[in-house]
Parts: sequence; structure tokens; C-alpha cells
Amino acid sequence: MNAYTFDFCGTRCIALPSGALHLPDHNTLCVSDLHLGKSERIARRSGVMLPPYEVHETLQKLEADIATTQPQQVICLGDSFDDLDAAASLKEDMLIWLTRLQAGRLWIWIEGNHDPGPIDMGGTHKAAMTLGTLTFRHIATATTAEVSGHYHPKHRVAGRSRPAFLCDHQRIIMPAYGAYTGGLTSNAPNLRNLFKGRAIAILTGHKAIPVPVP
Amino acid sequence: MSALPPKFQDWFALRGWSIHPHQQQMLDQADAPALMLIAPTGGGKTLAGFLPSLIELSDGQHKGLHTLYVSPLKALAADIKRNLRTPVDEMGLPIRIEDRTGDTSYTQKRRQRADPPHILLTTPESLALLTSYEDAPHIFKGLQRIIVDEIHALAESKRGDQLLLALSRLQTLAPDLRRVGLSATVEDPDAIAAELARHPDPCAIINADPGPDPDISMLITQEKPPWTGGGAKYAIPAVLDEVKKHKTTLIFHNTRAQAEIFFHNLWLANTDDLPIGIHHGSLAREQREKVEAAMVAGHLRAIVCTGSLDLGIDWGDVDLVVQVGAPKNVKRLVQRIGRANHRYNAPSKALLVPANRFEVVECVAALEAAKAHDLDGDPKGPGPRDVLCQHILITACAGPFDEDHLFQEIKTVGAYRTLSRAAFDDCLDFCATGGYALRAYDKWKRLLQTADGRWQLRDPRAAQRIRMNIGTIQDTDTLKVRMKGNFKPLGEVEEAFAATLTPGDTFLIGGQVVRYENLKDMTVVVSRRADKTPKIATFMGTKFANSTQLSQRILRMFDQPDWPELPAHTAEWLSLQRQFSKLPEANRILVESFPHEGRHHICIYGFAGRNAMQTLGMLATQRMEELNLHPMGFVATDYATLIWGLDPVDDPAPLLQPDNMRADFETWLSGNAVMKKTFRGAATIAGLIERNLPQARKSGRQATFSSDILYDTLAKYDPDHLMLRITREEAMRGLVDFGRIEEMLSRTAGRIDHVILDRVTPLSLPMFLEQGRIAVAGAGQDRILEEEAARLMNAAGVSSL
Repeated sequence: MNAYTFDFCGTRCIALPSGALHLPDHNTLCVSDLHLGKSERIARRSGVMLPPYEVHETLQKLEADIATTQPQQVICLGDSFDDLDAAASLKEDMLIWLTRLQAGRLWIWIEGNHDPGPIDMGGTHKAAMTLGTLTFRHIATATTAEVSGHYHPKHRVAGRSRPAFLCDHQRIIMPAYGAYTGGLTSNAPNLRNLFKGRAIAILTGHKAIPVPVP
Repeated sequence: MSALPPKFQDWFALRGWSIHPHQQQMLDQADAPALMLIAPTGGGKTLAGFLPSLIELSDGQHKGLHTLYVSPLKALAADIKRNLRTPVDEMGLPIRIEDRTGDTSYTQKRRQRADPPHILLTTPESLALLTSYEDAPHIFKGLQRIIVDEIHALAESKRGDQLLLALSRLQTLAPDLRRVGLSATVEDPDAIAAELARHPDPCAIINADPGPDPDISMLITQEKPPWTGGGAKYAIPAVLDEVKKHKTTLIFHNTRAQAEIFFHNLWLANTDDLPIGIHHGSLAREQREKVEAAMVAGHLRAIVCTGSLDLGIDWGDVDLVVQVGAPKNVKRLVQRIGRANHRYNAPSKALLVPANRFEVVECVAALEAAKAHDLDGDPKGPGPRDVLCQHILITACAGPFDEDHLFQEIKTVGAYRTLSRAAFDDCLDFCATGGYALRAYDKWKRLLQTADGRWQLRDPRAAQRIRMNIGTIQDTDTLKVRMKGNFKPLGEVEEAFAATLTPGDTFLIGGQVVRYENLKDMTVVVSRRADKTPKIATFMGTKFANSTQLSQRILRMFDQPDWPELPAHTAEWLSLQRQFSKLPEANRILVESFPHEGRHHICIYGFAGRNAMQTLGMLATQRMEELNLHPMGFVATDYATLIWGLDPVDDPAPLLQPDNMRADFETWLSGNAVMKKTFRGAATIAGLIERNLPQARKSGRQATFSSDILYDTLAKYDPDHLMLRITREEAMRGLVDFGRIEEMLSRTAGRIDHVILDRVTPLSLPMFLEQGRIAVAGAGQDRILEEEAARLMNAAGVSSL
């Protein structure tokens, strides 16, 4: 198995190599920072036209994770869209694809700083939500037992930097799931300071690999 | 013959000068639409270029810009400004001279646009920026002459292509513009002249007296050079002796790391405390400027340096040039030596120091080539399309343009004379819509067509971002290095090198051994550590590949019955090779097979240059993997590839079969790191990736993501995209150098000499000590593991569980 299973505040969590978090006891799949429509937003704002395939790439990855885990509920942990206009300009075929993924399951859009308002799309909108012992919101707070995203953490081992989950016994910070997303290195002070004492990074890639964060 | 005006004659007389013949010729042909002067340094080249301008401007009648001077370096523009002031002030000429580079202040730049000087000194990038302004027609109105200095250096890179595209624009704005190029000695002056002139205009070439031939020899030391390695540590005492015998010595190295190591060792041996400095591209600017200033002031006896000292800096009174390591390229050597010794008509003096036994052969070959004036160089390909894309965007910044006019204008640039309309349309489409198979950007195109069919920026504010990203110089990702508790930078190392460091590791920078402490705000923090031997400084500089011509010369040397021109130790080594195996021949590939330390080895002598031999290693081991020959690894040099594995290669022919090789190459190439690196360069130049953003952000989070992601996405969804096609073509010519493998295969046409021996051969011996071994991850490793597991089982006395 390429995933990494661990216990977090009494809940069984499985970090998938793709950067999604599977909570089998709640039949829930959680992904963060999809940044759908990023290439559209960059073109609108700056005129630079990146390869317009990132929505396709991200949804393909999500479809594969949904197929493997068969969740009853999907939580998108904020910054699902690069901005509200990008959400409104998603191409028809991508919208249909997204609707197909939503069919037959609960779909929660947690709002993020990039997508603070409601969007005209299926699913439920929330600022934050709780599930069993855990709280889900976009940006980490002082709360314990919290799962958040926002920072796009990356971690470097043996010269290779990869998107990574960062966690200790109080919080999990999810890696960015979207195709065109950069990252913040795990030793950046504003990220590292969210963790008191020991923390581990779970690298994503072909295999989810846990390593201690120095 | 145009006589000098009296004022100028008086000035020459006052200085006790007479006009050089080539200066007179430049004057006589001042009306030519294009003119190129080839002259050695110290021959009054700059004055020859400017003299017609000074005369034309001396009556004070010309309004606005008359002459543009373009050089590859900012420092050169500032130098020339100073040097031109002398005649202008002494003759009291009514001429305003200003420079304009990245260092010029904002207010000064604004004023220059409103009220241009008579003579403007600038760089290709600053010129391209000037042409992007809406008021470009006003700035360049009445422009008469453009002088391109060091055109031989510019012509080798994309900076030259960008400059000549900008020139095509200027020619439209100022139809009377005459072009002048100033060049050092080059192998193919006609090719450079053809690039300078407006196609199909002719371009006259004026050759100044090249002066006496340089006095070049090889340093012969008591101690024999080692079998391999690039440090030339053995030669340190001899080099130090030469430094003592001369006033100022420049000691050139092929890579920055080698320069650092040599400098370190030189200091350890420098018991007389001679003032010796180091200068290379990874050092902090302040440090480089300090060395340059000390050098000009004559305070240094020697400078250990790399190619970064080659251009534009006034070398002062250098009387000896030492080249450590084989020069790899005769043209560069000759140009370098030509710059030493500013006394016109006195021979420059140079010493070659081979770093190892094989380089003795290379140095002798290079010496003969230099004596025969046989310069090398590979013909340049057609004008690069990423630069063309940037040019289209720059044109759009200046205002709406007509595509047919632009196409015609671009066709007047020599390098783009064969550009097809379809290729141009591809580039225009890329700039306008992104050029994707999925036409996703209907709403947000970068360029739109107006009602009259002309093209313009959709959002005029985009011009600012395009201007901020003008240029074709690629910065590798480097990190600054500074001492702990001190904010002054010591220099830079490549990010990839920094990533391999763990606290406590030591490396060399600026001649001192430092200890890696930590990485803070994207800066490598180090402390002083003199007692430990350094981990090697692998920041690279370029590892040059041997030129094709030099390789051919070496092969011809191998063909001789004996080698009176070589030192005895090296001639003996070649004789031994001939006796035990055979020497490689020009039109055949020699392959040697022999066992060594329990592994089967094959050594392929292809003489195609380091990059190509490296690619050959990748391809041959891939094929061996398919043939179940269990290759374990390989190492490549300029002349050979050595492969080791678990099984013998009975027949090398399938490994070198052209059709197999081409097919393997396709597969191998698409996933290769070299491709991603090349892609990043092309995509940045073409405007797909922005290096500079309006507000530089503090952390890289979300703002940037790796260009590798873009490469992977394109390769997956849009494999025929323009950027990928450009990437492939460049990689083929550049780092992958498949072109030279093709050349090798057609030169040898399947004539393979396979020699099977029972031990290592003399010629292959240096390969065993070469750095940069590459392991092959494949079945060979698995088999080793199984064998080791079985051995442990046996040792434990069990054969199975």
C-alpha cells in the first residue's frame, strides 16, 4: 500500500500519495487548495497564458482518488477556485465532470481566502465544519484537532522537495492538491511556528512517506 | 580617400599619432550600409568605429540621436564613454555622449527619451526596451549609425539575435541607418558579417593588421601530469615561478570549481605572499569589482579566473596568460591571448598547462591549430523562435502592428532570412492565444486584432510586465552565500548544490573554506573554517565540450607513426596503447572490452565531445539493459564513454546502430531533466514564464510553481506545442548534443573495431579516475542485491528458509 495510515485525535487518517486525506471511519475524502481556474485567472490578470490543462489534470487526480476510496462525503478545504470569477468561468465540460463527481455523495465547499463567497455550483458552502472530534477550516487557528490547508506546505528530503502533509498531535496542514500550485517550505517560520515541538511531514508523490520535521 | 578634417589632423598630430590604415579604411567606407572591422585589442578599434561619427557630428548641425553604440557589457559602455570624452573634449566638439544601461537612473532615462543625446551607449537589452516604447519613432528619428562592439561574442548567443531583431525595427524607423560591427578574430567573418547586414545587403569586411602571432607554448614541468583530474595541482610551483617572472599574469580555468581549487592551492604554496586575486561569475559583484579595480591599478601580480574576465574589462598591463586545462576551443584561446598585452605590434605571451596526461595531447593539438590560424566553431542554427516570440511582444508594446509588415521586417534579419510564414504565424499565434490545441483563451487573449486587422495588446497594462521581462540571458537558480553575522554576500552557489549541503559540510568560495550553517531567507549562511579539506565546490560554470575541429586534429595526431612534438611520458603512453590495443581512427569507432575488478568494461572512443559522449552513455546502457547485459554505470569524457556491467558485450554493433539509437533517444529524451531545463529557458524568453513580477513577493508560496509542472502538463496534453518543439530542437544542439552523435555515426558508417583484451588499456586508464560516474538503475542493481542476499544466506549456513 502506498498510503500512510496514522491516528489523529482519535480518528483514523490515511494520507494518500496524491495529497488527499481519507477518513475511512467517516467515509470522507478531504482535499485542499485545488485552485481550479488558475490559468484562466492568470491570463485575465496578466496576459500570460499558461497551458490551460490544469483543471483537467486536477479533476483527473480527484476522480482517481474518489474511485479508490468511494467516499460518501467530499470536503474541499478552501481555495477550491483561484477566485470567484474563475469559478464562474469554468468550461462546460469541466462543470459536467465536476457534477458527475458530486453525484450520489455529500460535497462540502469550505471557503478560503481565494474563494470567500458562495459559488453557483452544486454542494454545500461552509466557513468551517466539524466531523467527529475534528474541525475542518481553510486557515489554521489556535484550535486543536484541526485540519486545514492554505499554506501549501512542501518538505525537502535528500535534495528533493515535495508537497507534504504537516502534522503533530494537534493539527494537520494539508498539501495543495491543485496541479498549478507552488509551495511553502516546511521550515518557513510562519508555518513551522504553528507546530509546537515534534512534527512529521508526510511526503506525497508515488508513495506517502512520513519523515520527522527537524 | 577621405582626408581627416583639419581639427582632427591637429589632434592626431598633437598626440603624436598617425591614423592606422584600418581607421582610414573605416573612414573611406563610412557611407557603406554595413561594415565590419576585425582588429586585435589595442589597435584603436573603438576610435576606428567612432571616428566617422565624430566627424559627422563636428559641425554641430545634427539634431537628436546620431550614433548608437551597443556592447555586451554595461561596464564596457561606461568605459567607452570615458575614453570618447578625451578626443571630444580636447577638440572641443559639440557632441553630447550618454550611456543607458540597467544602472541608469529613472529620471535620466526619461530625459533621454524626450531629448536623446548625439551618441548613446547601451546594451542589447536596454536597446530592446527602448524600442518597446510608444515614442520609439521620436527617439530614433534621424539615427545615422549603429556600432555593435564585440559582435563576435554577441553573435554566438541569443542576445545577438535579439539585438539584430531590434535593429530591423530601427531600420524601419530610421531608413538611413548604417551598421558597423567591431569584432575580434573569428573563424568565419563572412557569417557574422551576413548577420550584421540587412538581408540581402552586402557587408564589407575590413581586416586590421592582426599584429605578430602570439607566443604560445606548453608548460613543461619536472613532475609528470597525473592520469586524470582537472586541478593541475602538480603544476603549482612552476606556475608560481612564472608569476614571479612576469608583471601581471592571468590564470584561466575552464570551470569555476577548478578556479577555486587552484586558487586555494596556489595560496598554500604562495610563501612570498605575492598579491594574487580570484575572479569568477559566482563571486559577489562587490568582490569582483574590488579585484578588477586592484588589477587596473596594477596592484595584483596574478588573477585566477574563468571566462567571466573575458569580456569588456580593461585588463591593464597583463604580460602573461596561463590557460590551465586544455582550451577545448581554439578560437576562445586565441581571442583570450589576443587581449593580453596592450602594446600594439608586440606578441602576446601565453602558456598552456595540461591538467592531465590526455590534456597534453589536447594542448599540443590546440597549439598547432593556433599556429595554423585554424579557428573552430560550429555553424549557428537559424534564428531562435523563442527570441522571435519576445520580439513580437516587444513590438506590440510599442503600439498596433501589421503582421505582414512585421514578417517582412523580420526577414531582413540574416538569422531569420529563411523563416517561413508558417513558422512566423506559429509564433504570432503563441503570443496572441497561447497556441494551445485546446483554444481556451478566447476571452483573455494577450494580443487582439483591431478592426483594420492590426495586432495590439488586449490590456495595455500588460506592456509593463513584458518590459520587465525583456532579455535572453538565463540566470540559473542561485542562492547568495554570506558569512554568519555579516550581511555582505561572498558570492553565489547553484540552488541544486545548496540542496545537497547539510550543516557542517565545507566548501570553497572566493578562495576560502567555509562551513555550511543553515539556509536563512533564501541565503546560504556559512562560517569560516580553514582547517578542514573542503567538500568540492560543484557550482559549475560551464563544462565546455571539445570542439569538433579539435577532436579531428587529435585523431590525426593519433595517426602519426611517432610523436616528437609530445613530451616523452605522453608519447610513450600512446605507443603503449598502440602496442597493446590500437589508437582510435578518424573514420572508425574503436571499442575495447576488458575485465576489471570483477566487472566487464567496454570503452567506446567516439570523440564527439563531453555532452554527446554522456548522451551516448545513457543510450548505450539503455540498450544493454534491453539486451539483458546488466549495465551498472558509465562515465564520459570528451573522447570516450566507459561502461561497466555484469555481462560481457560480445558484439558492440547493436549498441551503436543508428536506427536503434534514434528510437531510444526519442523515448529517453522526453523524460529528461535536460529537457526541463531547456524548456524553462525557452519558455522564459518567449514570455510564458515571467521572471520578474511587478511586486516582488516575499515568499514564493502560490506565486510561483516549478516550470517542470508546465513542461509535464504540456508533454501530456499538448505534445506538439510550439514551446516543446523549440525545446527539443535546442536540446538536440545544446546539452544533449545528439547532433554530434549523428555526426559520429555518419562519419564512421558502421565501421567498428572491437578489440577484446584481458586488462585495462593505457588509453582507457584515465577514464577510471574520472569524476562524474553515473549509476544505471536497472536489473543489474537488483541482481547484485539478490546475489548479496544469497551470499548472506550461505554465510549463515542456510540455503533456503
